[in-house]
Formats: sequence, C-alpha cells, structure tokens
Amino acid sequence: MPDSKLKKTLDNHNFAITAEIAPPKGTDFKRQIKVAKRLMDRIDAFNVTDFQSASVKASSLGLCIELIRNKIQPVLQITGRDRNRIAVQGELLTASHFGIENILCLTGDHPSHGDNPEAKPVFELESVSLLNTARSLENGVDLGNNQLDKPYPEFYLGAVTSPVYTPLEVQLIQMVKKIKAGAQFFQTQAVFDIDTVRSFIDRTSQMNTNILIGVVPLKSAGMARFMNREIPGIKVPENLIKILENSNNPVEDGIKIASDFIIQLKDENLCQGVHIMAIGAEENIEKILNEAKLN
Amino acid sequence: MVITESKNFDEILSQLTKGSNIIILGCSECATACETGGSKQVKDLAEKLTENGMNIINQKVLNISCNLLKTKRDLKDLENIDNCDTIISLSCGNGVQTLLNLTDIKVIPGTNTLFVGEEVGSNYFIENCRACGECRIGRTAGICPITRCSKGLLNGACGGSKNGRCEVNQRIKCAWIEIYERLKNLGELDRLYEIQPIRSYSNISKRRVLNKGKQDNA
Repeated sequence: MPDSKLKKTLDNHNFAITAEIAPPKGTDFKRQIKVAKRLMDRIDAFNVTDFQSASVKASSLGLCIELIRNKIQPVLQITGRDRNRIAVQGELLTASHFGIENILCLTGDHPSHGDNPEAKPVFELESVSLLNTARSLENGVDLGNNQLDKPYPEFYLGAVTSPVYTPLEVQLIQMVKKIKAGAQFFQTQAVFDIDTVRSFIDRTSQMNTNILIGVVPLKSAGMARFMNREIPGIKVPENLIKILENSNNPVEDGIKIASDFIIQLKDENLCQGVHIMAIGAEENIEKILNEAKLN
Repeated sequence: MVITESKNFDEILSQLTKGSNIIILGCSECATACETGGSKQVKDLAEKLTENGMNIINQKVLNISCNLLKTKRDLKDLENIDNCDTIISLSCGNGVQTLLNLTDIKVIPGTNTLFVGEEVGSNYFIENCRACGECRIGRTAGICPITRCSKGLLNGACGGSKNGRCEVNQRIKCAWIEIYERLKNLGELDRLYEIQPIRSYSNISKRRVLNKGKQDNA
C-alpha cells in the first residue's frame, strides 16, 4: 500500500498542507531543495509543477526524484500538453519506481501562453483521461491493453478545480468525472474570498472528496490586479487590493492576508487542507505557516 | 469546402525559371468560392507574371480540379500542354496533387490550403470540422470540441476559461461552456457526466484512403 503522507493526513481527517515548488529554468535544484528541506516536517507534500505556464524548465519528474532522494514527499504534477499516451505512461511508471505516489493530473495550459509559443500542443490525454490512465496502470494494464510486469504502480491521485468559475456547474460536473476516474483529492485555484469557499464547499459536500483550497500570498496591489486581469479563475476582492495599495510592507501584509485566510478556513472547518502557491517566493511559505500557527 | 488563401506572389515567382513556359490552372469549385482560383485570380496572376518576364502559354479554370478522371480529360484537351514545363495550380492541395498524379510536368501550388470550412459571409470562412473520422457532435449538442476547443478536449472544460471565453483566444467563447449551455437547454446535461474514451489516432495519423467504404493504408 502507498505510504503517502498526504494520504495519511487526509485519511486521518487532519488538516493537510501542500505547497507548490517550481523546477528551475536551468540545471541547479539547490534553491528548491533548500526550501523543501526546511519545511519538510510541516508540509505533507510539495507539488512540483510540470512546465508551469507552458514554459521550458527542468522537469517535474526530475525535481520529484531529487526531493525523494532527500526524503521529501512530492506531488508529481503531470499534464497532457506535452506528452502522448506512451510518454505519459512511461513517466508514471518511472515515477512509481522512484517512490513517487502522489500524482496530480491536469490538462495543462496551452503552449501559446508559454515561452515557446510555437510548440505543438499534444493534449492527447486531458485531466480525466490522465486519471484513468494512472488507474489502468495500477491495475497492471497499459492503454494498449498490454500487461505490465509486476509490481504494479500504486498512486494517490489528485486533480484540480476552480471555485471562481462561471458557470460553476461546469467545474462541478468535471469534479464528478474526475472522482469517477480516480481522483481522491482536489487542489483548487487560488481563492481569496471566504464566501466563495463557503458556497463552493456547500455545492461539493455531496461528493465526499478531499478539497485543499488554493492560497496565494499576494506581494503587491499590482500583482493582484494583474492576476485578476490575466489569470483564469482568480478574483482578488477590491478591499484586499486597497489594503496592499496602502501598505508600507505589502509582502508582509500579503502573508498576513494569506495566513488569516487559512486560519478562517480551518476554524470554520471548511476544507480538508490548503495548497499554498507562493509563485517564486517559496521562502515566504514558512512565514505563512508560522502566522497561521500550522504545526 | 476546402478553404485556401493565395500564396505571396514573390514565393510563387521564386519557384519559377525565367524563359519557362507556364500554364496557370484554377478550380471552379472551392478555390473559386475563396477567390483564390477563379477566373479573375488566374487572369491577375498571368498578368503579374507576364510583367515579371514570365511566359504564360495558357490559362484556364478547370471544372473541378480534384477529380482524377475529369482532370485527366481536361489536361488531354488542354491547349499548349505539350509545350508546357511548369503548371501553377490555383486550387487546394488536393487539386495540385491530382495534377501531379497525371503529368510529369513540374506543378507548383499558388495557394495555401487552410482548412475544411464553412463560408459565413463574403470572404469570411470558419473551421467547424477537423475531419477526424469519428464524428461525435451528436453527443456534444452539435458543437465539435475537437475543432472548437483550442485544446481539442473530449472530456469537458479545462479551468482556463475567463468570462466564458477561451484562454487561448479571448475573442471566442469556450466551446465547452457552449456545449454545456446547449445541452442544458436541450435537457441533456447528463451527457456531460459521461467519460469519453481516449480517441484513437491510428487512422488519422496515416494517409487516409476510402475505397468503396473501406479504409486501408495506402
């Protein structure tokens, strides 16, 4: 059986904490390993992004292996954007060999948004099919119906969802499909408004799944406005933007906003955990954990 | 129909040798509708090439250029064909290759073939079908996700839509939101909960041949 720390935390109904970490656009993983090592006892798993924003970086699998070597549990993020079914299955088998159990299946951003916009988009498998594929491998059969050699991989499968989405029902239907395809936990796009979480949780409570609400520490009013304008599924309320605008130390206030939000999520028992995305400022994760009095 | 655009004149010119005897052939069907291979475009190209010192020995709009037997007859009767050493075809890529299959004369395309499309206004064409060989729009309220979703997703929306628009192109609506809305109006929202199997690419990744209703691997 998998010994995923994230799975154990969620199975035991403890508040789960995951944090996102991006591989470098280069060959040196030192910064990522340093951040992860410092926080490893307080975080259930580190999500390693898969060529985030469709941009060339070191691979998710590579950094995940490096984390495992350092006894840190990762969540391998895998998208269908850059790999066909042969590559996806090979990557999942390799991940399992190295002891990577947590897998987050995403469709992926379109390459036109990335730093190699002329790349050929693959998208042979999307999030639902990726989950199905991982399930199939767990049962010892590949997508071509060929038998795998034993031992078969064992995964703890997750997916993503977007609580700020119109019409929300479209995302809710996707969640039902993802659960049917094997998703055992969800990490959400960043949310900044507690009412949004309340109504989202209300509408998903029948699904009986684990939801880790996405938290992004804002660094400035400009960042908030940019995200509102450019990033799908993000809505930073005006009152928060005002606070950052009038702040002498917007980074610290952003951390405070994020940690207060986490405290409220926890106090109201709204979700099974949080997923912190510090977007290039992973050093701030520790401050958020401290302020939110997590562990 | 097959949607084409005219090639840049300099690109056509760069493939021609001065002094060669050129025939320009248009097509009466799609390329005429796209105004890339009708009588006016054939005439205009002939004039421009003549101005650039090329020797145009014949010009004609073929009555459909992608029909092998018909084009074979047309070529046989074509005036000056025996003196010709270059044909410029103003049809889609299929029409160009129909000519190539019938003659040893050098054939070059004068158009770029863009997509299978629908004419929705004057000189306004849109793509609604990718000719995937396995039409599934009966399950998606008549909206093709392979063509209209920028990621070609078969299992519902990604999370990338903003204000109902596609993350790739803000000018177009998210195809899956459109599918959702139409299915909802039809009272068929249950269809969205069905997990669609992964599409097979075994047929479309090779050249397709339809012979009396059978596909083979020619």
